[in-house]
Amino acid sequence: MRVSLIVNGEAVTADVEPRQHLADFLRQTLGLTGTHVGCEHGVCGACTVRLNGVIVRACLTLAVQAEGARVETIEGVSATGEIAALQEAFHRRNALQCGFCTPGMLLTAAEWIALGGGPDRAAIRDWLSGNYCRCTGYQAIVDAVAEVAGTARGGAP
Amino acid sequence: MKFAPFSYLRATDAAEAVRLFAEAREAAGGARFIAGGQSLLPALAFRLDQPATLIDIGPIASLRGVTLDGGRLRIGALTTHAMIERDPLIARHAPILAHAATFVAHAAIRNRGTIGGSICNADPAAEMPAVAVALGARLHLLGPKGARVVEADGFFRGYYETLRAEDELLTHIEVPIAAPAARWAFGELARRRGDYALAGVAVCWAAAPRIVWFGVGDGPRRDGAAEAALATGATAAEIAHVALAGIEVASDHATDAATRAQIARVVLRRALVQAGLAA
Repeated sequence: MRVSLIVNGEAVTADVEPRQHLADFLRQTLGLTGTHVGCEHGVCGACTVRLNGVIVRACLTLAVQAEGARVETIEGVSATGEIAALQEAFHRRNALQCGFCTPGMLLTAAEWIALGGGPDRAAIRDWLSGNYCRCTGYQAIVDAVAEVAGTARGGAP
Repeated sequence: MKFAPFSYLRATDAAEAVRLFAEAREAAGGARFIAGGQSLLPALAFRLDQPATLIDIGPIASLRGVTLDGGRLRIGALTTHAMIERDPLIARHAPILAHAATFVAHAAIRNRGTIGGSICNADPAAEMPAVAVALGARLHLLGPKGARVVEADGFFRGYYETLRAEDELLTHIEVPIAAPAARWAFGELARRRGDYALAGVAVCWAAAPRIVWFGVGDGPRRDGAAEAALATGATAAEIAHVALAGIEVASDHATDAATRAQIARVVLRRALVQAGLAA
């Protein structure tokens, strides 16, 4: 089935099987492997991408459902510099753990900040709960998000 | 896990969706409507369901959004949980719905999952079915034989089972707007924010109180004994004590029925006190 969409600002048209989910489409057809495939049933959040400006699970979205949509992946938001402050804070604080969850964590954290979420650690943990994978703790990740969220609100980091 | 192959059809309006379903249902495996797909696609991934055809109702713009219509809220079935969290009409006229939506799964899922999908899926631990019952919502269904309206209270028959026939489409949900004096409470306990609740409760008190459990038994269930106790001014501890009479509390590998019942009573007591509905 033919699908046309905008991925990281570029128009893309491709033939896809209806059963192919958006994460496989991005990885296999477009070679955008920053979107990770973990659990493939919506639990781990490693496949998080933006669809029409908001984060979604790419494994719970069919590529054909993205017809006419705007999709941004970790590659796209990295290239535009939009999440540079979060990436810098993650890097400096070593907020990576095994790193598999990182692209999804960054996109999820970026939406928290875009919606005006503050540096409250408990609230950030609630927000990131959909990206918990197999590590534990997430201490440095929460530190990094709280730092950038605090700065975005004009407070001290 | 990859989905098994299926055909995919896109509907542009509700009547077309119903017609496409009627045509597609004859094939082996049958057809399913797909809205946000946030419960259907995991079921397909696990091969718990393997339909031959998916009929995508996502593009039907008229089924998305919230309006005020003759003193009632009209919530399109495709309205996402994220929209419900932030909609000014919901905040004003059905605030329990906005509050409960924040407990539905995670942000990325709330951006895609829909209230209509949640109600039709009828997961026993889902928030939206219980809140719909507590609010006295009415559900508008469209099928090959025409449209009908059913009360949310009574719609949920058991685990993932409702009064909706498989060829009927839920088009919108009608909610009476809250009177100025109406009060509500909501509570749930989950191991991790966004997980399905071990037990949860939605309480709405307009003319008479409604107390509706979710995650406790086989679906959203009203608690008549607790409602009567609340209406007669009992304390939260007394209401929690009489609650769950005649309600079969579910057991699973992680939480047995006695533990779940205890959690449910604590959730109810705390919710009532926090909302100021009982002392």
